[in-house]
Amino acid sequence: MSITTSATMRLKPLLLAPLLACACASAATSGEDTYGFGSTPTQEELQRFVSPLPDGRGLPPGSGTVAQGKALYEQQCVACHGANLEGGIGDKLIGGRGTLVNDTPGKAPVKTVESYWPYATTLFDYIKRAMPLAAPDSLTNDQVYALCAYILSRANVVPDDAVMSADTLARVAMPNRDGFVGDPRPEKFPPVARTPHQDLAIGAAKK
Amino acid sequence: MSRSTGRRRFMAGAVAAVGAAALARDARAAASLGATEHEVPEDASKTQGYPLADESYGTRSQFETEARTRFKTATPQSSWTFTPLQDSVGIITPSGLHFERSHAGTAVIDPSKHSLFVHGMVAQPRKYTMRDLRRFPSVSRILFLECSGNGLTEWSKPTMPTVQGTHGLTSTSEWTGVPLATILREAGLHSGARWVLAEGGDGAAMTRSIPIEKAMKDCLLAYGQNGEAIRPEQGYPLRLLVPGFEGNMNIKWLRRLEIADMPFMTREETSKYTDLLPSGKARQFTFEMEAKSVITAPSGDMTLDGPGFHEITGLAWSGHGAIRRVDVSTDGGRNWRPAVLQNPVLPVCHTRFRLPWRWDGKEAILQSRCTDETGYVQPTLGQLIALRGLNGPLGSVYHLNAIQSWHVASDGKVTNVHHY
Repeated sequence: MSITTSATMRLKPLLLAPLLACACASAATSGEDTYGFGSTPTQEELQRFVSPLPDGRGLPPGSGTVAQGKALYEQQCVACHGANLEGGIGDKLIGGRGTLVNDTPGKAPVKTVESYWPYATTLFDYIKRAMPLAAPDSLTNDQVYALCAYILSRANVVPDDAVMSADTLARVAMPNRDGFVGDPRPEKFPPVARTPHQDLAIGAAKK
Repeated sequence: MSRSTGRRRFMAGAVAAVGAAALARDARAAASLGATEHEVPEDASKTQGYPLADESYGTRSQFETEARTRFKTATPQSSWTFTPLQDSVGIITPSGLHFERSHAGTAVIDPSKHSLFVHGMVAQPRKYTMRDLRRFPSVSRILFLECSGNGLTEWSKPTMPTVQGTHGLTSTSEWTGVPLATILREAGLHSGARWVLAEGGDGAAMTRSIPIEKAMKDCLLAYGQNGEAIRPEQGYPLRLLVPGFEGNMNIKWLRRLEIADMPFMTREETSKYTDLLPSGKARQFTFEMEAKSVITAPSGDMTLDGPGFHEITGLAWSGHGAIRRVDVSTDGGRNWRPAVLQNPVLPVCHTRFRLPWRWDGKEAILQSRCTDETGYVQPTLGQLIALRGLNGPLGSVYHLNAIQSWHVASDGKVTNVHHY
C-alpha cells in the first residue's frame, strides 16, 4: 500500500484487526485487539542503541582509564571544551561546586558535570550518542568509558587511577546527586505583592 | 499601525511605480523569503495574471515578509528561531513559520529508510517503517507547542524588543498521526513499565523520558502537520507529540521508544531543562507548560497610527487544558475587562482573544491575563520571582509564563516594559 493512499484504504486494517490478532498472535495483551503491523527487530539492530539507566542497567561491556581518556580528550574534545575543560563552544565540564546556592541576579551559578550532573551514567549516555560534535556516535564503548574516567578525575570525583566500566561507573557518587526535587507546580502564589512597580504612575513604568 | 517589516512592501511599490526593468531585477533578487517574485502591473484588472502551472506548490505573496528569526547562539546547529507572532492572525501557525529548537541542526532523513524501534519492557519488541505506521488508525489534533525557554531573556529586565523575541517560541499546528497508546499496546507493556524513553534520529540523538501515564493518555506519533507531511525542522518524517508538555519532550526525527521502570536521567532532563532555585536545589521533570497569554498587537516595536479605535488582540494557551477567560488591562493592571475568545477554543491550543479599544492618545500599559479550565490564573512576574527567585542567568530560566506588559507612549510607540 502506498503511503499516500486515501482514507478508505486505512479502514481496512480496522476491519481486519480481529483476524490479524488471531492469525499473527502478535503482542496481544489482556485480550486487546492488535494490528500486527511492523516486524520484530533483530538483536543486532537493537544493539546499536545504548541508553543506560541511572542504576547502571543498560551500560555496555568495556572499560577505559583516565590516561586513555586524557589522550582521547586532547584529540577529540579540546577544541570545544578547552584544554582545562573550561568550555568554549561546548559546555564547561568541571568546577562550580558551591556556586549553585545563589540569590544574586547578576551572578551565574556554574553548572557543570562536576557541580550539577546527578548521575555519571548520563555522561556515558550523552558522550556515546551525541559526541564528538563533528562525528556523533562514532566512539567505541571503551573510548567513552575512558572519557568518562578522565572528566570525572579532573572533576575530583574519581581518583587519577580510576578505571571506568559498567560496574564502576554506576557506583560513582556524583556531588550533586541529591540536588533535585520534584515539580511542585501549580504553585500557590502569594497575593500580588505591592512592589515599587505598582506605586508608579503608568508613565513611569520601569524600562 | 506601522511596522519595521514594511520596508519590503515599500520597495515593491516603488518598483511598480517606476516599472524599470533594472529595478525589477533588483527586486527579484530581494524577493521575500518563500515567495516567488512576479512583475507587478499598474492595474491587475487590466491584464492577465501569471498562468496556473500544471503542477505547483504554492507560495505566499511576494509582498509578505514575515520570517522566523534566529537567536544568536554559539552555533547555528544548537539554536532556536522565533515565530513572528506580531503578524499572526487566527490560531494556526503557518508550517514555515513554526518556531524551531534543534540541538544538532535539522536532520535530513529519507522516510523510506526510517524505522521506529519499540523495545525494553515490552512483550514483543517492534520495528515499524513509515509505511507500517501509516496503516494504523490515525487521529488529528490542533495543539500548541512551546519551548520551556520561551521568554528566558525577560526575567530580570525587558530585553527583547518585539513579541517575536519575548514569546515567539510557541506555535500551533494541526498534527496527524498514530496515538502512542496504540503502539505501546501493540508491543504489550510489562506490568512494571513506568517510563518511555523517546529518542530522535538527529546528531544529538535527543532523548527524554516520558511518564507511562502520559504516554498512554494522549501522546501522538505525528507524521502530518497542517495537512501535509511534517516539516523537516519539525522532525520529518516522525515526531512525538506530548500535548501540553515542554517543547523539547516532543522528540523530533523519532527513531526509538525504550520502555523502563525508571526515568533514564538523560542530559536533557538533568543538566538541561531543570529549574535551579536560589536554594541550590533544582526542580526536575517540570513537564507542563502552564497558562500563558500575550497581546500580539499592539506589541513591542509597533507604532499606533494615532488616537481612536484599535483592536487589541493576542493569544492565550495552557498545557493543562482549554483557556476559560482572558482579561485585558490598558492601565497597567488597575482595571481589567474580559476579552472575546474566538472559537474554536480548544484544549492545549492557542486561543485568539480580542478587545476593542479606543486609545485616548495618552500613555498606556497593555496587559493580558488568562485563566485556564483548572482555574489557574496567569501570574505576574513578581509572583513568579517571589517563589523562584532571580538566581542569575543560568538559574531558573525556564517556564516564564508571566503577564507581559507593553508600554504605549503618547506618540504611539510601543515598547517592552516590566510593570508588576
